[in-house]
Amino acid sequence: MSETPDLECRDISKSFDDFKAVNDVSFSVPQGTFFSILGPSGCGKTTLLRMIAGFQEPSSGDLLIKGKSVLDVPPNKRPVSMVFQHLALFPMMNIGANVGFGLRQRGVNKTDITKQVERVLERVGLGGVAERPVSSLSGGQKQRVAIARCMVLEPDVLLLDEPLGALDLKLREHMKIELKQLQSEFNTTFVYITHDQSEALVMSDQIAVMNQGVFEQVGTAKELYYEPDTAFVAGFVGEANRFTAKVKGSAGGSVEMVTSDGQTLHGLDARRSLSVGDSVDIFVRPEAVRLSRNQADVAAMGNTGQGKVANILFNGANSQLILRDQTTGAELNVALPQTGEFRDLARDDVIHFGWEQQQTRVYLADGEQTDV
Amino acid sequence: MNTKLILSTVAAMTLSSVAAQADTLRLLTWGGYAPEDVIAKFEAETGHTVEVTKSNNEEMIAKLRATNGGGFDLAQPSQDRIAGPQAEFGIYKPLDMSKIDTSLFIPSMLEATKGNTTVDGEVYAVPHVWGTSGLVVNTAQAGDVKDYTDLCNDSVAGKVSYRLKRPTLIGFAYSMGLDPFAAYGDEAAYKDILDQVEAKLVECKSNVKTYWDGGDELKNLLRSGEVVASMAWDTGGWQLNDDNADITFVAPESGALGWIDTFALPARGRSDDVAYAWINFVMQPEVAAMITSAAGNFTASQGGDANVDDALKAKYQASFPQEAIDNIKWYPSVPAGLEALEGAALDRINAAN
Amino acid sequence: MSDRSKLTFWLLLAPLLIWLLTLIILPHVGMFLVSLREKVGVREYETGFANYAVFFNEPLYWNTFARTAYMSIAATLLTLLIGFPIAYYIAKLTRGRSKTTLFLMCLIPFWVSELVRTFGWMILLRETGVFSNLLQYVGLASGPVEMLYNDAAIMTGLVYTSMLFMVVPLVTTLDSLDDSLIEAGYDLGASGFAILREIVIPHAMPGIVSGCIVVFMLSLGNYLTPILLGGKDSLWFTGLIYSQFITRFNWELGSAFGFLLLGLSSLIVFVGLKLSRQSLGKTMAQ
Repeated sequence: MSETPDLECRDISKSFDDFKAVNDVSFSVPQGTFFSILGPSGCGKTTLLRMIAGFQEPSSGDLLIKGKSVLDVPPNKRPVSMVFQHLALFPMMNIGANVGFGLRQRGVNKTDITKQVERVLERVGLGGVAERPVSSLSGGQKQRVAIARCMVLEPDVLLLDEPLGALDLKLREHMKIELKQLQSEFNTTFVYITHDQSEALVMSDQIAVMNQGVFEQVGTAKELYYEPDTAFVAGFVGEANRFTAKVKGSAGGSVEMVTSDGQTLHGLDARRSLSVGDSVDIFVRPEAVRLSRNQADVAAMGNTGQGKVANILFNGANSQLILRDQTTGAELNVALPQTGEFRDLARDDVIHFGWEQQQTRVYLADGEQTDV
Repeated sequence: MNTKLILSTVAAMTLSSVAAQADTLRLLTWGGYAPEDVIAKFEAETGHTVEVTKSNNEEMIAKLRATNGGGFDLAQPSQDRIAGPQAEFGIYKPLDMSKIDTSLFIPSMLEATKGNTTVDGEVYAVPHVWGTSGLVVNTAQAGDVKDYTDLCNDSVAGKVSYRLKRPTLIGFAYSMGLDPFAAYGDEAAYKDILDQVEAKLVECKSNVKTYWDGGDELKNLLRSGEVVASMAWDTGGWQLNDDNADITFVAPESGALGWIDTFALPARGRSDDVAYAWINFVMQPEVAAMITSAAGNFTASQGGDANVDDALKAKYQASFPQEAIDNIKWYPSVPAGLEALEGAALDRINAAN
Repeated sequence: MSDRSKLTFWLLLAPLLIWLLTLIILPHVGMFLVSLREKVGVREYETGFANYAVFFNEPLYWNTFARTAYMSIAATLLTLLIGFPIAYYIAKLTRGRSKTTLFLMCLIPFWVSELVRTFGWMILLRETGVFSNLLQYVGLASGPVEMLYNDAAIMTGLVYTSMLFMVVPLVTTLDSLDDSLIEAGYDLGASGFAILREIVIPHAMPGIVSGCIVVFMLSLGNYLTPILLGGKDSLWFTGLIYSQFITRFNWELGSAFGFLLLGLSSLIVFVGLKLSRQSLGKTMAQ
């Protein structure tokens, strides 16, 4: 049955008055996939999720689960379950009653409910807590109860609405791994929405980056990171130095651009769609920039320069340098290699930097975007 | 020590408020008995001020009882409701007749009131306003209602009203050929009369639209035609007659019930002199006429009816031919304790289905 | 606790203590003493429980109490039944301005006195009133219809008078119900009724109980509405107390009735709390 995706959206749209929250979004999620929708708040991802759950009706388009349209199916009949942002565990019931709620609605008999509840609680590592009140659980345990409450119903698709948002950082890091494990254990299709790129990158098989009601790009974490399709994806996923520039010259797929600070940069025009005079957005990842005390080490790279250390942001393995270009004064974030070579680097030291042409991502600026 | 402090503070406040009101007459009376123009005239002539609280018999007694006869300087209960409560609760003080200008009163009424309100040889009240209660009838729709018991006729089923108070018990008793006033002194005989009246009123209950409570409520019921016959005061009937010529007061065949509202001094009143001044002032014939035109009822003022307008006189004469006047049953003083019997009967009537 | 904070504590407590003592405890002690006085003759009294015995020996009185209690319970349930959807609508289905407006509309009747409100109902319900005329005009009735002076009229008046006191606590508790709990219920396959029964009502229980207590007590203690709208069938326990005090001059029996009302109504509330498995503390805490 692997040909039929668990979830498929066809040109789905949702308008509120004159505001289009979701605009002709199409995608499909194969069985067993951890699918994330990543976007800033207000991008329409919550609306999309609520349409899948059935709490909102699409203005147009179709929604299929296991190949069948569910547009006319009310939320309490849809084969999807949702883990809410604040989990929405029922405080008036104990843990067992919470997990057994859905089974009770289906009219399953009491002994079966008790058995199934205990089984699913064991699977999430919470055996024997059925009689306890919800309030006796820690944040992470509540998370697992919320998932168990959905999984006991064996839904075709599990929807998760930023469920880690309320947790503290350390627990969140831990839960990321746990969620991924649970997903592969249950082998259920997860649709996970978040604004936190690291959650999406760590857990997902597929990620859709959403902005202003449309999917900018759908792909694996690697694809999004290394080959962002649009300026938005390049800026939103991972960190990047961003420049605005004008195209000065173009030859054989290679372009030369000048930033507003007067810095000349070189990059690749992969689509060959740029012409001289175009305004462009340029993204360079901090870890793509190579540092050296010798000019010779970087001389062969497409973009080179000399910078003064303006600041060192020490954060262990994620430490960064802020360099000020000696000639233009432009700022550049550079990942600080932890090989020990630059341990004695101090403020106001001058250092050479450079990165390859193919590490320079170039996109037509928003205002002049043509259909690419 | 704290209680002492509080008590002395309260005492000081009470004293100061009394001192400030020395020249104020706190009058506990019925609506219409102290019209604005009369108060203005009194205040202009004497320099005193008058504070009016409107009430009815039961409330007056309850209010005075709550304060042991304080809070007011002059009250106006009906003459039959003075001796009993006085014996029971001691809420009035005897009148000093030398301070009252008795020449202003109709002598027969003054003597009758004095007689009814004498307790232990002391006189407690002098008469002010008098009137009767009987029937107010829409003659076009309920012409056959001539007596209290006619209210139970099938012809007026569902369109009748009366008060659930003692005048109703008394009126029905007379209408049934009984003599409740004669039985006032004999509790057993009175109880027997009450039992008969109770049975009659329970039987009659299905005829009643509602028991009225206030004058305005009754006027509304009659004016709208929802009620066509009711027990009521004479003035109420006359006022309605102005709006609808069919509605008027009818003196019942068994006799209208006559009442006299009086002046009595509350036991702890503070301005007796102002109270006496007020009595002597309002009993002057021209002031009495002003009150009659406001309240609709005649006063015990000698010559007070001379200045009353002719329309009211005409209505009075239409409702009261001479034999009807002779037939008025004046309330004798209610013996203490009798009202408990009546109360129980009224409660049972109210609860009956 | 230092001396200073002790002083602050007692100073802050003082208004409450004075209020309780002078306005609640002292009058009740006085009333209780009056209720123990048996009248044996003019200005002659003995101490005893005869006044309380009167209540239990005279079927009229406890029947009246039973009727009052039963009508009040009915009015409370009816108010809950009507008030709950209103409160749910205000709390859950409206936002911002319209929420405030609806809430204000519930409040508006309380800007005029109870007397005026009751007269309003009399104008609507009476034989020559608005409803009667409307029915005749539409052709549903051939003659004037009397809708006043019966138990249904009393019930209407009581429900109307009490509505706000039911809606306010309900809106408050329902407001605090997270919408996502309801959605989670739907998502897990529950029907609307199951959600109401398993999620909304359990959550709103403190509001329901406090609303019911207030409405029941208000109805039980109401005086004007039953008298004015009930007409000749208006028998109500407070009316009985009023007439003992005012028209019968029998303060002793009136006080005894007052205490019986206090005791019996507390008993009914207690039983109600037990039946709904709520506690007063839980209800007040919300």
